[in-house]
Amino acid sequence: MSGSFRDTMECMSTPVLAEQTQVDPLGGEVVAGDTPWRTIVWNDPVNLMSYVTYVFQKLFGYSRDHATKLMLDVHEKGKAIVSSGSKEKVEGDVAKLHAMGLWATMEQPS
Amino acid sequence: MKNWRRKGAVVLAGFEQQEAAVLRGLVSQLEDMLRARAEEAPQDELAELTGIRTGSSESPDDPVLSRLLPDFYRLDPDNPTKEDLDSAAAMRSLHEPELLDAKVGVATLVLETLPRDGGDVKLTFEQADAWLSALNDVRLALGTALDVTEDMPDELPDDDPRSPHLGVYHWLTWVQEGLIQALTG
Repeated sequence: MSGSFRDTMECMSTPVLAEQTQVDPLGGEVVAGDTPWRTIVWNDPVNLMSYVTYVFQKLFGYSRDHATKLMLDVHEKGKAIVSSGSKEKVEGDVAKLHAMGLWATMEQPS
Repeated sequence: MKNWRRKGAVVLAGFEQQEAAVLRGLVSQLEDMLRARAEEAPQDELAELTGIRTGSSESPDDPVLSRLLPDFYRLDPDNPTKEDLDSAAAMRSLHEPELLDAKVGVATLVLETLPRDGGDVKLTFEQADAWLSALNDVRLALGTALDVTEDMPDELPDDDPRSPHLGVYHWLTWVQEGLIQALTG
């Protein structure tokens, strides 16, 4: 992801609550006994930090702080889990992220 | 160019003729590539009967298209499992037609709202989101073709064949960033 140094500093100065990194437990219907699927967004050198944050807010309705935290995880750790839930929900989320040009995949942790 | 600003429920910018020509050219090229990919989709009788379209099940060979149309599963680049390959193929043929429609749709909207000879562009927020997607697609395409990295310098040595295109890439970054700031600032 690319972004100016100033953008990074602005993001870093935003207070971020650690518990907000948890994925939304109400994000989708999960059949009892089924391990939830999760949506992963991967880092890439083109997408702007501001754009990725905007997409997370827009698609998932996340607060700016939470969207920024996820964006920084993608940027610094190489990936982030951005949503979870049933296979159908996660599949839909990946499709929407692809439409916005983010590099997203789905997985079911074994 | 007069960079984006928000005024009430619209965002505005002004493009010079040459800027409009460059952006329109890139968006049209991308639109052509996406339409060509859509035409490669298999035609079958069941799809015609049910109206449920199926797209290609294989990732495009072209690196630009492949970046714009990613797999739904993270595949091991050296040794993907058969199960992952099958799942990714199934997801792709299910979702790719819609994804191509979305990408062609935002490209078309840019061509409709950006005057051929340059001038003012006035967008609703919804249209602005379509512009953001289209600008991002063009940057992804150009970034992939130019092999852009995170720490790409502002300029490459003059003898680097990518040098003139990198300026366009950085300009597009500036245009996209300006639009995001106008929408969120």
